[in-house]
Amino acid sequence: MSATELAHLEVTGLTKRFGGLVAVREMSLSVAAGKILGLIGPNGSGKSTVMKLIMGIERPDGGSVRISGVEVCGWPSHRIARMGAGIVFQHSRPLHRQTVLENIKLALLPDKLTRLFADPQTDARARAIAARVGLTAVLDRRPGTLPFADLRKIEIAKAIARDPQVLLIDEPFAGLTAKETAAFSDLICELRDDGRAVLLVDHNVKSVSRLVDRVIAMYVGERIAEGSADEVMRNETVRRVYLGGAIETAARPESSFRDTATPFLEVDKVSVHYGKAQALEQVSIHVHEREFVAVVGLNGAGKTTLFNTISGFLPYAGEVRRQGATLRGQSAAAIARGGIVQCPEGRELFVDMTVRENLDLGGQHLPTEESGAQIEWLFELFPILRDRQRQAAGTLSGGEQQMLTIARALMMKPKLLMLDEPTLGLAPVILEQISKALERLRQTTPITVLLAEQNVTFALPHADRVYVLEHARIVWEGNPAKFAAEGGAGFL
Amino acid sequence: MQIPTARLLLIGLGAIVLASFLPLWASGYILGLLTIAYYFGVFAMAWDLLFGFAGEVNFGPTFLIGVGAYTAGILDNLYQPPIWLCIAAGTAAAITGGLVLALPALRLRGPYFGLTTLVAVLILQNFIVVDAHLTGGEIGLTVPDVISISDATNYLIALWFMAISGAILFSLSRSPVGLILQASGQDAVQAGALGFNVTKHKLTAFVISAFFSGLAGTLMVFYLGSASVGTFIDITVGVQIIISAVLGGRRTILGAVLGAIFLIAMSEALRPLGDLSNFIVFGMALIVVLVYPNGFFGLLTRTREDA
Repeated sequence: MSATELAHLEVTGLTKRFGGLVAVREMSLSVAAGKILGLIGPNGSGKSTVMKLIMGIERPDGGSVRISGVEVCGWPSHRIARMGAGIVFQHSRPLHRQTVLENIKLALLPDKLTRLFADPQTDARARAIAARVGLTAVLDRRPGTLPFADLRKIEIAKAIARDPQVLLIDEPFAGLTAKETAAFSDLICELRDDGRAVLLVDHNVKSVSRLVDRVIAMYVGERIAEGSADEVMRNETVRRVYLGGAIETAARPESSFRDTATPFLEVDKVSVHYGKAQALEQVSIHVHEREFVAVVGLNGAGKTTLFNTISGFLPYAGEVRRQGATLRGQSAAAIARGGIVQCPEGRELFVDMTVRENLDLGGQHLPTEESGAQIEWLFELFPILRDRQRQAAGTLSGGEQQMLTIARALMMKPKLLMLDEPTLGLAPVILEQISKALERLRQTTPITVLLAEQNVTFALPHADRVYVLEHARIVWEGNPAKFAAEGGAGFL
Repeated sequence: MQIPTARLLLIGLGAIVLASFLPLWASGYILGLLTIAYYFGVFAMAWDLLFGFAGEVNFGPTFLIGVGAYTAGILDNLYQPPIWLCIAAGTAAAITGGLVLALPALRLRGPYFGLTTLVAVLILQNFIVVDAHLTGGEIGLTVPDVISISDATNYLIALWFMAISGAILFSLSRSPVGLILQASGQDAVQAGALGFNVTKHKLTAFVISAFFSGLAGTLMVFYLGSASVGTFIDITVGVQIIISAVLGGRRTILGAVLGAIFLIAMSEALRPLGDLSNFIVFGMALIVVLVYPNGFFGLLTRTREDA
């Protein structure tokens, strides 16, 4: 038999256009049974679109997708699923009223209207699948009560319930700890050893290099390299797309700020509870005017909760003070108007409005002239936004959306800008653009920045001071130079 | 926690059996009121199947009801065939009407489906008003036959019709088909990727909803002995059905019955207040929805949990 006959998934000349934007151009790839292919590319490179095209979630404009030799290009996704393709979505969207077991059972049901009672074997099969992915302990719980890693497991359980021969996995390790990542990798290897063809879609080679047989790198809708993980990592084009120049740290000492006595923002012994769970415990931080402070911590450490508390969205114990005056009792809108502006993690752009309209909205309270000048300044800070002014925000790539979010927050001319995980899900090349913009902000404007980050390498170069947030508590405070030696231990 | 299906059905059955003894002492006025409330309960349950499970907001429940009721009524008015034939024809017409509406409308996403169903009601209403020689127009249609002139019989028919409809719809909602429907409603992309034909399931839900709405509509016509735009089709009637379902508790099916009885009973109790009564009833509904978004049924199950 030839290699093509063995290939479970074969894609040739796949093309997709969104309006004038070519999201995917003439992509070809093939994955054989028992192999893992990595499809990597920075945000906006079209890799997720390729996956959606294969699965029939988006309709291709041209090309061919063959699953076990059958042409499925242009089919609706439920038929492609029945041909033997399965997908693990990056964001889990389980049924929240049903238990974990019921969620898995759902995936085992046949697509029939006459099936009023589940097959008696369904229960046993669902339990077997749960055991395989490691969900046995939480079978009777609701998804809403589970940690992130378990939600990912539900997704993978659902995907393998149908015994797919071709398995597509979107960003398999996003948001997982090292230990969870290792367990997840083992699971993926097992699925490969079953003889499935696996396609992993991710941002960089490193994260998937241990697993993949081959890697294809994409950039702006096209394939730029293919080979083993090592070959792709050494590839000139890939390096140029991915690697930016080194940034030096430039921390300013705390004594250099004028308001040493009463810092601009003081969070004093703040505690927050979500029901029974403690989200923040006696957290105290302060930020001086013009200072750049980073709060680093893993997923779930409490960074977003801290920001939401400062913004006035959550009830809390303790004190939050702005220039010595308490913020308690002020509405979230009043706090924002007072110059403490948050850039939310979820970006929360108005996706149907254009880039320009989103910015205009942010500058609503400014006089027209001032608003125009501010936009002009922001276009210099983020040149790509100038080119995209008339495009709907929803059609921007992840990195561009992040820039727009920051720009929109800056339209409010904040005194203190709170950035919540601006790097979430972004490729290195985009990180560097955002990083440069932040550096310019820091050097050319009197703005004060409070940054929450998981990505330490992104946060440290800009920061004057660093806090480490771990399990709802501040466990370390100091300057970035000392971080690696002291605070970084146990964090990285 | 969700109350187990079997126990809920048992509680429901107990309530229905108790309610069956009501004609022994209640006045004809009360029975008549409850008869209407029970039919509204079926309308609301059928609507909840679409909204709560398939995730589609049908702003035109009265389109399905009206097509069923008027088809049966007109047929009876013109030819006087056996009543059961009128009922069957009315129900079939509702299903057909539902299909004609849903087939193109389900291609649309988000609020557009709801808007289409709303427009369908307006078209039907206009048709009835304009085609007065056939439909009775704004004055209403007199139907020569009724199922029974006994209040008690009519009451029991409505009660047990509601009970059986509720049992079927509720069991359906908790069956594998209901699970797939819920998945399709919440995340059509993922349901499709799991191999489920989302359109097929939603269309089926629409047909089932149309069946019960249409059947309840025809039965109500032969209880009232007349059909008018104001009782079967007007947007306000649709809004009442929607409020009943939401008030009772979304995604509970059975809660819709509680909502319907509450709404009908309240508007009747407050009737002496004239136009003010609607204002108060809708105001109360608004408060309940704002304070307890899970509705009466959610409230019941929650207290049970705490106990």
